[in-house]
Amino acid sequence: MVAGWFTDTEDEEGFRLLGTRCGACSAVFFPREDSLCRNPACAGDALTEVPLSKRGRVWSYTDGRYRPPAPYVSDPEAPWEPYTLLAVELEAERMVVLGQAAPGVTVADLSVGVEVEVVPGILSEDTGTSWTTWHWRPVEEER
Amino acid sequence: MNEVAVLGAGMHPWGKWGRSFIGYGTAAAGAALADAGIDWPDVRSVVGAGTLRCGYPGHVAGAAFAQALGWQGARVTSVYAACASGAQAIDTARAQILAGIAEVVLVVGADSAPKGFFAPAGGDRPDDPDWLRFRLLGATNPAYFALYARRRMALHGDTTDDFARVKVKNAAAGALNPYARYRTAVSAGQVAASPVVADPLRLLDVCATSDGGAALVLSSMEYARRHGAGDPVRIRAVSTVTPVYPASGPGLPDIATDSAVAVDPPAPGFRESIARAAYEEAALGPEDLSLAEVYDLSTAMELQWYEDLGLCRPGEGAGLLRAGATALGGRIPVNTSGGLASFGEAVPAQAIAQVCELTWQLRGTAGARQVPGARAGMTANQGLFGHGSAVVAVR
Repeated sequence: MVAGWFTDTEDEEGFRLLGTRCGACSAVFFPREDSLCRNPACAGDALTEVPLSKRGRVWSYTDGRYRPPAPYVSDPEAPWEPYTLLAVELEAERMVVLGQAAPGVTVADLSVGVEVEVVPGILSEDTGTSWTTWHWRPVEEER
Repeated sequence: MNEVAVLGAGMHPWGKWGRSFIGYGTAAAGAALADAGIDWPDVRSVVGAGTLRCGYPGHVAGAAFAQALGWQGARVTSVYAACASGAQAIDTARAQILAGIAEVVLVVGADSAPKGFFAPAGGDRPDDPDWLRFRLLGATNPAYFALYARRRMALHGDTTDDFARVKVKNAAAGALNPYARYRTAVSAGQVAASPVVADPLRLLDVCATSDGGAALVLSSMEYARRHGAGDPVRIRAVSTVTPVYPASGPGLPDIATDSAVAVDPPAPGFRESIARAAYEEAALGPEDLSLAEVYDLSTAMELQWYEDLGLCRPGEGAGLLRAGATALGGRIPVNTSGGLASFGEAVPAQAIAQVCELTWQLRGTAGARQVPGARAGMTANQGLFGHGSAVVAVR
């Protein structure tokens, strides 16, 4: 449903969000912009795919204590499990990208400025199909 | 000055009444026409603020209202701009008057909102960012409000107690407003006891969805004089600016901000530029305001507006609130109507309702919530996809 937004890999290390970059002014776009550079001072129309930084810092965060309406997919029979939502600042791209946190990460685990990384995750599963997405997960301290 | 007169203002009380938006709109229109002392057939242009929530007629609100009031041949326009619909409808009416296209224009907005979270229209529409943010992130409107609230806490030291103070203040004002949906005082303890919707915001930090309607009769200054209204409330500025690339800060319904890799973010930022454009057009500044009506979609968002409107410096919104400056009786009362905290959202009506409140305040007819000697007021709001509006009215 969002073809080309992230790499098609199960491998956590190699997983990346995919944006596009304008050949004329270097502006980066996520979600990908494939037709026209949105920098008003640029007439560029040659945009190429570019992987975004794997790591960024938390710009802000929240959670969803109530079931969101459709088209969010959730089982109405199952008790609602809050998910955590992150806004993450990518230094190299100078942009903020939203995404759900990996399962198990709660607002209590987070604070503004904490380093997180993008990992593959499951958005929802229906008969025979598993819809993949991206998740943000706090970076384990390297010892 | 390119001013237009506010001859009439009217509302239908807000709440969950379970009726069609047409009924709320025509009731508000009737009240505004009676207030103006103008007969419906004398209106030469109708501008309807549209809604997507009532099916097909909502998309062509101008004609839907004109038909319900009785076809009388007026020019008609429909405007849809989500939360900024009402402000863009006012802007359209004003432009027609200043261009000499119509002397008297009726502006109407009304909605009957569904219960619970706002959601995009149905169907699979992966080319629609509003659909995508729900489908991929489950990111409701309160989720975005909460990201900004948490960011304020981290950057400026705002607390959830500060957010609760906004609700307490607005509920106290709303208790004095017969058009408000909620007309009872709320305590900080009640806010703290309400369930968390999106951390750190609780149910009483987030505005409800509502039914309601609001209308204005606007005219040329020359028409107002002929009509016997020598000193009407005047609209002196309407700002409907868009952001300047790269827009920073994650706004509804976007999944990411613009990248600032190619161009540095503009200064001032977008929300501040909304007010700045209105101040420039009105040739006045924040120190000249007697009151302001701002979109308190969440309590935390009201504090942000204080700073964006220049009522205080960046980061000092909570301090201004704590000092009592923005309460009734304070130096610069904000949301004297009770705000969305007391009204709830009836999307196409609320920016018009803000100007109704300015009108009554500037006339000195706001009753128990009157700001003594009010001379100038400003409204501010922001609509989906990052456009915003502000209206300046004076007496």
